[in-house]
Amino acid sequence: MSSVTDPAPPATTGGRPLAERTSATPKQLQEWLRQMLLIREFEIRTMQAYQDKKIGGFCHIYIGQEAVAVGCTAAVQHADPIITAYRDHGHALARGMDPKYCMAEMFGRIGGCAKGKGGSMHMFDKPNNLFGGHGIVGAQTPLGTGLAFAKKYQDEVIEGGVNKHVTLCFLGDGALNQGGFYEAMNLASLFDIPVIFVVENNGYSMGTSIERGTSMSHRIIAKGEGCGLAGYEIEGMDVITVYEEMKKVADIARAESRPAMVDLRTYRFKGHSMSDPRKYRTRDEEEQWESGDPITRLRDAMIGGGLIDEEGFKDLNKAQKIAVREAITWAENSPEPDASELYTDVYVEKFGPYIGTSMPQIVTDAEGSR
Amino acid sequence: MANLTLVQAINLALVQEMEKDDRVLLLGEDIGINGGVFRVTEGLHKRFGEHRVVDTPLAESGIIGTSIGLAMAGLRPIPEIQFDGFLGPAYDQICSHAARMRTRTRGGLTVPLTIRVPVGGGIHAPELHSDSPENIYIHQPGLKVVMPSSPYDAKGLLIACIRDPDPCIFFEPKRIYRAFREEVPEDEYVLPIGKARTVCEGEEMTIVSWGASVVQCMQAIEKSEKSIELIDLRTLYPFDMDAVEASVNKTGRCVIVHEAPKTGGFGAEIAARIMERCFLHLEAPVQRVAGFDTIMPYYKLELEYLPDTERISLAIDELAAY
Ligand SMILES: Cc1ncc(C[n+]2csc(CCOP(=O)(O)OP(=O)(O)O)c2C)c(N)n1
Ligand SMILES: [Mg+2]
Repeated sequence: MSSVTDPAPPATTGGRPLAERTSATPKQLQEWLRQMLLIREFEIRTMQAYQDKKIGGFCHIYIGQEAVAVGCTAAVQHADPIITAYRDHGHALARGMDPKYCMAEMFGRIGGCAKGKGGSMHMFDKPNNLFGGHGIVGAQTPLGTGLAFAKKYQDEVIEGGVNKHVTLCFLGDGALNQGGFYEAMNLASLFDIPVIFVVENNGYSMGTSIERGTSMSHRIIAKGEGCGLAGYEIEGMDVITVYEEMKKVADIARAESRPAMVDLRTYRFKGHSMSDPRKYRTRDEEEQWESGDPITRLRDAMIGGGLIDEEGFKDLNKAQKIAVREAITWAENSPEPDASELYTDVYVEKFGPYIGTSMPQIVTDAEGSR
Repeated sequence: MANLTLVQAINLALVQEMEKDDRVLLLGEDIGINGGVFRVTEGLHKRFGEHRVVDTPLAESGIIGTSIGLAMAGLRPIPEIQFDGFLGPAYDQICSHAARMRTRTRGGLTVPLTIRVPVGGGIHAPELHSDSPENIYIHQPGLKVVMPSSPYDAKGLLIACIRDPDPCIFFEPKRIYRAFREEVPEDEYVLPIGKARTVCEGEEMTIVSWGASVVQCMQAIEKSEKSIELIDLRTLYPFDMDAVEASVNKTGRCVIVHEAPKTGGFGAEIAARIMERCFLHLEAPVQRVAGFDTIMPYYKLELEYLPDTERISLAIDELAAY
């Protein structure tokens, strides 16, 4: 696997012809470009809506890391579970969530993917096998092991065949320091559970750089090796690299039913959350990473390979802007949850004032259309 | 005297205790260079250096466990947990170790530890960033649990916790971190742990509350024509039952107000004690105005969840009419 040197990856894609670099079809490449543009536009509008006080709570922006969610999602199948932490808008969109459900969730509206009761950190999409969206750092990692365990159990025990699935469990570099992560890795290794712990290593945990907060920061896959996990270091700013390398990792994990750990080197271009003056890093460093913008890299590679021209790129970008604008309008028109919603979705059974559960619109819509 | 917010009062208490006692040190996520998510420890890293204001890894269990070790060896650590909901990963260390060390060593060791935790709702944050888990820790013998409702109390109670030889959880109601200012003496002072404060005196009814809810209660009392006595418990364990008893014996009626879910909340304990101690003086059943037995909702419903002036006023009227 390719490894990278700090602090910033090269801004070019290496100059090799596209066809040599990837097995992806032009259609796939175009789709990745579309997804990354959608995420970028979605996040820009999210920041504006937050500043306009249409979004409350905490809000973590994915700009800069688009190649990770898009490339990783492309490297697995739709039936493979995905779980992540709170910086989750990109994963939701890459997994195919309609941006209107995602936006409405942040607006706190009933049409949101969690009925507007969760907010930015809680993106769920059952029809698309996205299992959140969780706010406690690192706590999603044992859940990831459990999801992968369930898939393996279904394939092997219930259906009597071989394991057919792999689970992607995303975590930040800060989450490496939570004890639960080690328990998750150990259990996965011991029981041959096909979960890939994808560390979105953006170098910072809030204001703490990885060197200040994490031992072995130069080689974090050592932490997985201690539990017997295969470790990979992948450059995360280029979607083609992410896809090609992650595809290999996922294929091995699926075929061998083994866990793995991936150090995906990336960078968040914005602050940790919406209220972060970023005093802990230099403008120089930011500019260096920004010059390796994952969208520009794919666009340039595709233009170089004759797969798209400036005009086509503009059109694609415009279509995403329209989609996001529509999502905002839809979110704004979605009602606020009624006060009675306070009592639903606490338990499945109806009792006392806690009147059971109705399906969020995202699920009913999906079931209606399937 | 200085006119300070609750955040500033806490910051001042930390500065004074650190200056006075080299054994006092702070630990937490981004509390140093960044000054903490709520800026409570602003300026302390610069003033006392990285050895006394320690930026830790993102690891609550490790932060609290390490602090217990520091305290067992004779230091006075003050770890910060960024939000109420992040106490979860640290729960085991707090309840299995900090709370039990004194008993486990049959008095041989002590854990002089103060865990600072922003608590409660009202800032548009989602679940796990708006919770009120005080009763979980009140229920654990061996811990002291404190929650101030004003800048003056915050400073005096925090200093008391830091000097206390037992483990204390100091809950800071984030809703009133900067909501108002109050005159706070520049000099250090200690408010005794276990002593309630009578916020205002009254004859017809008693309200017992703590934390940010005290402010809601004061507003409801202002609106009411009844003569109401408000007791701010300040310390939740050990709590000042004598003050509650004296007041309820005088008024014969009591409402308890807290943000945490009603069932199994600390209001239930107080109500039971009132039954034990004030039965013959009671004119009406004890009322509770509390959070609902649900998960704290996202911000559009947050104000439905939190006990507000309106709900408290309703309880006052119902109780008066009983
Ligand atoms: C257990 C826990 N502790 C602290 C926090 C507060 N917090 C939220 S995000 C964060 C930093 C996480 O950094 P990292 O894992 O690198 O993810 P990134 O934000 O870079 O995506 C912290 C400290 C939390 N949500 N949960
Ligand atoms: Mg990070």
